[in-house]
Amino acid sequence: MAIDLHYTDEQRAFRAEVRAWMEANVPSTPLETLEGAKGFAQHREWERTLARGDFGMVTWPRRYGGRGADLIDWLIFEEEYYRAGAPLRVNQNGIFLLGPTLMEFGSEAQKARYLPRMASGEEIWAQAWSEPQAGSDLAALRASAARDGDHYVLRGHKIWSSRATFADWCFGIFRTDPASTRHKGLTFILAPLRAPGVRVRGIRQIHGEPGFAEIFFDEARVPVENRLGEEGQGWQIAMATAGFERGLMLRSPARFQSTAQKLIELYRRRARHCEASTGAAVAQAWMDAEAYALRTYMTASRIAAGAAIGVEASVNKIFWSELDLAMHRTAQSILGAHAELLGGGAAGRAAAALDARDSGHWLEGFMFSLAGPIYAGTNEIQRNIIAERLLGLPRG
Amino acid sequence: MDFTFTDEQRLMQSSFRELAEDLCSSAEIRAAFEGRSERAALRWSRVAHMGLTAMLAPAQFGGLGLDAVDFALIAQEAGRAAFPEPLSEHAGVAVPLLAQLSCVPAAAALLARAGGAECMIGVMHDANPFTLWPAGATHLLVCRAEEVHLARAADVRAAPQPSVDALRRLASIDADLGAHTLIARGAEARGASERALERGALFAAAESVGLAERMIQLAVDYAAARTQFGAPIGSYQAIKHALASAQVRLEFARPVLYSAASRGGETSVRGRALVSHAKIAATDAADLAGRTAMQVHGAMGYSWEVDLHFYMKRAWALAGAWGDRNFHARRLQSLVLDGAIALGPDHTFDSP
Repeated sequence: MAIDLHYTDEQRAFRAEVRAWMEANVPSTPLETLEGAKGFAQHREWERTLARGDFGMVTWPRRYGGRGADLIDWLIFEEEYYRAGAPLRVNQNGIFLLGPTLMEFGSEAQKARYLPRMASGEEIWAQAWSEPQAGSDLAALRASAARDGDHYVLRGHKIWSSRATFADWCFGIFRTDPASTRHKGLTFILAPLRAPGVRVRGIRQIHGEPGFAEIFFDEARVPVENRLGEEGQGWQIAMATAGFERGLMLRSPARFQSTAQKLIELYRRRARHCEASTGAAVAQAWMDAEAYALRTYMTASRIAAGAAIGVEASVNKIFWSELDLAMHRTAQSILGAHAELLGGGAAGRAAAALDARDSGHWLEGFMFSLAGPIYAGTNEIQRNIIAERLLGLPRG
Repeated sequence: MDFTFTDEQRLMQSSFRELAEDLCSSAEIRAAFEGRSERAALRWSRVAHMGLTAMLAPAQFGGLGLDAVDFALIAQEAGRAAFPEPLSEHAGVAVPLLAQLSCVPAAAALLARAGGAECMIGVMHDANPFTLWPAGATHLLVCRAEEVHLARAADVRAAPQPSVDALRRLASIDADLGAHTLIARGAEARGASERALERGALFAAAESVGLAERMIQLAVDYAAARTQFGAPIGSYQAIKHALASAQVRLEFARPVLYSAASRGGETSVRGRALVSHAKIAATDAADLAGRTAMQVHGAMGYSWEVDLHFYMKRAWALAGAWGDRNFHARRLQSLVLDGAIALGPDHTFDSP
């Protein structure tokens, strides 16, 4: 094959199908933030709606609640999803991270047990990686899982678990070999959050909502079949999950292309208030969002041709997180004195001068974009990975 | 939808990389820089024998009938090697332009000879204030808005304009043009000149990507070898992070370049936006790679003790060639911000 950047008729038909369904089903008024209880419930309901439309997770096999689509279809689906302004995926930790991990490392029984309920929105997942003294240095983690017959007994303290406040399950790595240190002796375990011995305490994020949480395991018992892979294989599996998080699945290009489009529209409404360099920043946002899309199609083609992605995930993660931040900073600068408004205020001159959707929306996105260079492995850690594994520089 | 290269493309690229490494060794580049290279003719004949100088000519004119994606990979390697002769101008701009005008006898005749080792075509274009005109050039294509001319070297008077990159033999040119040199005018000339600009910018972008690769590689090699405070400087995060940032910029220039190349330098709205995007992304990536590599090299990077500066100088020169950053940024801003480009994720591929 040679480079051929045209969609097939089947791909165009799939796009049309998704578009028609989204136009008919995406809620006309935005849902409340999924970081709060009410919004979380609304988003859970939306996941059920998606699943009823057979769009829960299109790339998964039918038997797990998907429709067996390939990666290019996935990108098309996402393009239509963002084009329609559909809600954020409250189960992203499940469908984008744990799902692919289960496909690769799970037993048939585990896949059958967890994947369909993930795709249908019935069970919402949180991740349980970090601990108070194990952040970027994740291998310093201490939470333990002690084998007791056909159960593991979990003890320890996980933190920064996105959506754990309202989610049903979590996945994480625990030390099963008490004599082990660092990357060895760790095991990947799936644990229910609403169970004896598990206490979840929400942590208010910068926007004031309990978007993430700490999880205290105090002799919580989970059956041995909740272990993913083998004992001691936890680090390897977790790194695969992290690769999905940084790479192709978590942040598809359509998200940023959509933001770039809204930024251009905002700029056009406000251009006469802007100094010249703002236009350059807006055009750069468009370029970078397009570049991310082009690179993602390139990666998807390579995967389709049998390649595996590795360190590219770190390259992507730096790029999309910095792009998202730059776009929102530009929007805030365009909004000027309106940028501080939360939205929901009195209609008046401000609302007349600016489209209603500008107020609060960009601020919320700006605050979230600040987290991008931190979550999914800080950009400093990603730069270490690129330097050592892609460029071959010596380890420090 | 397939965004991968063929095995043949990869093979041709790696073959040329090996050849270029041999022809453009450190000693050769230094010799050429000081104007005492005796291998200029050899270099050109070797790439001609590989079929590269006429690779974009149709088969009936003795070419390989390949496309802009194929040549982008070759131009990338030419950049990586700081190849001294104007391969992109001859093979990437002049040959396709002659093919476009091949119903004109003079154009067809030169096109049929373009793959010969003795033929080297320079391109004078309104987009460039100066023209690459090395000693071995045999023909000059003059691309103006309303006229395209084809002149012989004998009819060209060239006043040298020394470049910071001494491998680029720039000149201000005065040629005897008239009815005898005219090969296109009016709309046809306009179309040919416009496409020449797109191709020139596209392949300058490709060369810049190769240069960025080379400069990062030089810095990585240096950082692994150079020891300070008892350890290779490349083991320190200050060095790692700077080089990683340069690599990220480079990685996101590539897909834009290849996507622009897949449209063959067409002059549609999307085609022009992609070429400008590719030129900006590639030259920005080369600029960051160069500055980072110099900082990693420390004082060495500011000297002729290492080769870095040869590649940096080429990168500086290419940033201004075939439309400088201001030209491409303004063109792109006007396409994107003023509404010519269809916005949104569903238009990246499916739009004119």
